[in-house]
Amino acid sequence: MQEILSNLALGFSVAASPVNLGLCLVGALVGTLVGVLPGIGTIATVAMLLPITFGLPPVGALIMLAGIYYGAQYGGSTTSILVNIPGEAGSVVTALDGHAMAKKGRAGPALAIAAIGSFFAGCVATVLIALLGAPLTKLALAFGPAEYFSLMVLGLIFAVVLAKGSVLKAIAMIVLGLLLSMVGSDIETGASRMAFNIPELADGLGFATVAMGLFGFAEIIRNLDAGSATNRDLVQDKVTGLMPTAKDLKESAPAIVRGTALGSILGILPGGGAVIASFAAYTLEKKISKNPRSFGHGNIRGVAGPESANNAAAQTSFIPLLTLGIPPNAVMALMVGAMTIHGIIPGPQVMQKQPELVWGMIASMWLGNLMLLIINLPLVGIWVRLLRVPYRLMFPSIVVFCAIGIYSVNNAPTDVVLAGIFGLLGYWLIKHDFEPAPLLLGMVLGPLMEENLRRAMLIARGDASVYFWRCVQPAGQRLPSGDIAALTFGDYAKGCISPMLLLLSFVLIVIAILPSIRSKRDEVFVEES
Amino acid sequence: MTILKNFAAAVLVGGAALAGATVAQAQDYPTRQITMIVPFAAGGPTDVVARLVGEQMSKTLGQPIIIENVVGAGGTTGATRAARAANDGYTIIMGHMGTHAASQALYPKLAYDPRSDFEPIALINGAAIVVLAKKDFPPKNLKEFVEYVKKNESSVNQAHAGVGAVSYITCGLLNGVIGINPVGVPFQGTGPAMNALVGGQVDYMCDQITNVVGQVKAGTIKAYAIATPERNASLPDVPTTTEAGLPGYQTTAWNALFAPKGTPPALVAKLNAAAAKALDDEKVIARMKDLGNDIPKPEMRTPAALGNLVKDEVDKWKKFLKPVG
Repeated sequence: MQEILSNLALGFSVAASPVNLGLCLVGALVGTLVGVLPGIGTIATVAMLLPITFGLPPVGALIMLAGIYYGAQYGGSTTSILVNIPGEAGSVVTALDGHAMAKKGRAGPALAIAAIGSFFAGCVATVLIALLGAPLTKLALAFGPAEYFSLMVLGLIFAVVLAKGSVLKAIAMIVLGLLLSMVGSDIETGASRMAFNIPELADGLGFATVAMGLFGFAEIIRNLDAGSATNRDLVQDKVTGLMPTAKDLKESAPAIVRGTALGSILGILPGGGAVIASFAAYTLEKKISKNPRSFGHGNIRGVAGPESANNAAAQTSFIPLLTLGIPPNAVMALMVGAMTIHGIIPGPQVMQKQPELVWGMIASMWLGNLMLLIINLPLVGIWVRLLRVPYRLMFPSIVVFCAIGIYSVNNAPTDVVLAGIFGLLGYWLIKHDFEPAPLLLGMVLGPLMEENLRRAMLIARGDASVYFWRCVQPAGQRLPSGDIAALTFGDYAKGCISPMLLLLSFVLIVIAILPSIRSKRDEVFVEES
Repeated sequence: MTILKNFAAAVLVGGAALAGATVAQAQDYPTRQITMIVPFAAGGPTDVVARLVGEQMSKTLGQPIIIENVVGAGGTTGATRAARAANDGYTIIMGHMGTHAASQALYPKLAYDPRSDFEPIALINGAAIVVLAKKDFPPKNLKEFVEYVKKNESSVNQAHAGVGAVSYITCGLLNGVIGINPVGVPFQGTGPAMNALVGGQVDYMCDQITNVVGQVKAGTIKAYAIATPERNASLPDVPTTTEAGLPGYQTTAWNALFAPKGTPPALVAKLNAAAAKALDDEKVIARMKDLGNDIPKPEMRTPAALGNLVKDEVDKWKKFLKPVG
């Protein structure tokens, strides 16, 4: 304990120096401003702004990058809430209820609760990293391909719950998303799949491309439809309070706590854990709510839970990087790049060899979250005022910003054309009551699921029991000699993660199907007549 | 007829003007910023080297060098774009062993040929390749490793960071030299592959020294040998493959500058001189050493030497790598 306190003190002494404080503020501000552009998610923002940190000293550069990361994350949520354009997987869920709230004139409370929830999650996750960073690393290492596959199965089942309309249509959308995710190169052989010899498709469809098309462009086409435009203008007159009411806060508080807990755990898992965090939180809120029908129509818990989970996961995803020196996702890989540019070789020893760097960064995470709150609460009013811009002026600017955003992700013109095509598809889907959110999640989870399935099968030489039997294997092997008692809890726990996750998925399916609880299911998935 | 004559005259005059412009261009070059395409993500090993060298080169050339990261398809997207760019000396590319050699063996239908669609400028660096294994893998040294994987060919798992990645290419060569064909487990990038190796889910891997020094020093994985003629100062205890009994396995991950085909030789010479000067800069040398990189000797920095290297490497990889669908 003493050691952790002294470490944190060291961290704050580094992070709170005027220069680093300034870098943190600038990072969070610039990150927010770039991240708020539709189409530019956190990865694109960090990649774009990475070069500006090269001239700084290493600690300052990493602190500024961390600020950019949180800023971009929050900026992305702002776009999702205001104009229903998610820049990355985590914001898809925020868009569901956040944008519904904005349509009801409650964009202010939605933005504010997102900032407050994120701040709370950030505080908890920072403490968690400082206290439990090292032991939690074991969890990251215990997750092999089989465990990830099982986690993704669970994730897909969550995706069904996202639908507010027909469950059959939701499943159809997930499957379509899975199919779209298969475009690109086969991970094992490198063979081209469904790419039609178009070189730009060799790496598959980009998330931003599809999301911009299905959400951004499709929504614009629909709004320009006769009749909808007037609706749109009505929204602007309805804007009520900017800040959440006491009732909002009371309703959101438990959701924020639950979201933070879920996000903190899932964020540690490299390669896909953080993706699932926000919609696991959404599913949880919808499942335990007394009024699940209100989700998708502007329930503040549907914003508070996922946003907290998202931010907690963003924070704890630093754990594998700080303790193992292994980047768990694309943003962290960019951070490693920043380290190597400054001559710091990432590895498990960074924490001992450069404590001022690691603890300075941890302390700056908390400061970064505080700055986001300070920057964003006053900005809420400005963002909401943006909604008052007449739609005839707003939609061309959204189209232009989307096009710039999509182009800048890969510097590829083809992506802009593809987004246009997905815009038309999205319009057709909206007209026929298909929801784009499950499709996007299917697309994000599809590759993770496929890759891990194939890795697990390769390693097990095609033996499908790898998902189940490793749980009892340690005991089975020792049975003849009889020294089962010598097995530790850890021996069981490691092999049992995968079957537990699959069991949970199975239970969720059973709950959804069993006739005896059908009445309850109908509340969750309303079949539209 | 007159029209035709006039046309011919116009072509001649135009051609002369163009030729004149080229001469003037070579003297003043560069008059505006130069774009350096890096076919990989910002922060990756090639990008780090490009930024380091690019900064020094722009000081010599007196114009900024802008790095443009064009990612995708194992770097071949960026290389294709560079091959098709204007050959006026204002677009160059930092290619590597994959984009400008192994890709020829892997993708027979590639839109460019590194031997004929580029003007070589200069070899920039080489990162040593290290043979790695999970920490409780039974073999204690490279000799035992070779025996072990031969005997257990059907049960060992080799990790790599995706088809076409440095780890894929270089371990393909290792397997070829040993004479085995083990199961290769693909990961999306070096990070997840390293995570699986540290977690013990896969058995062995080959990777650039830059990516592995931290893990090897911390003892979370073990290093059997380094595939260069000399030991590396970053990992002084790791023997070379020659010392450890597998002299046939020699490879480095190199990065080199190229210009599109037809870039005037005078401009290539200017770029080459700037690159060679950057490699003599103390800051560059120190940073390259930190990263475990080797800087080529002066005789290896000429365009001709790079041209030969590319030819040799293409032949070498064609021998050891099978084309992918």
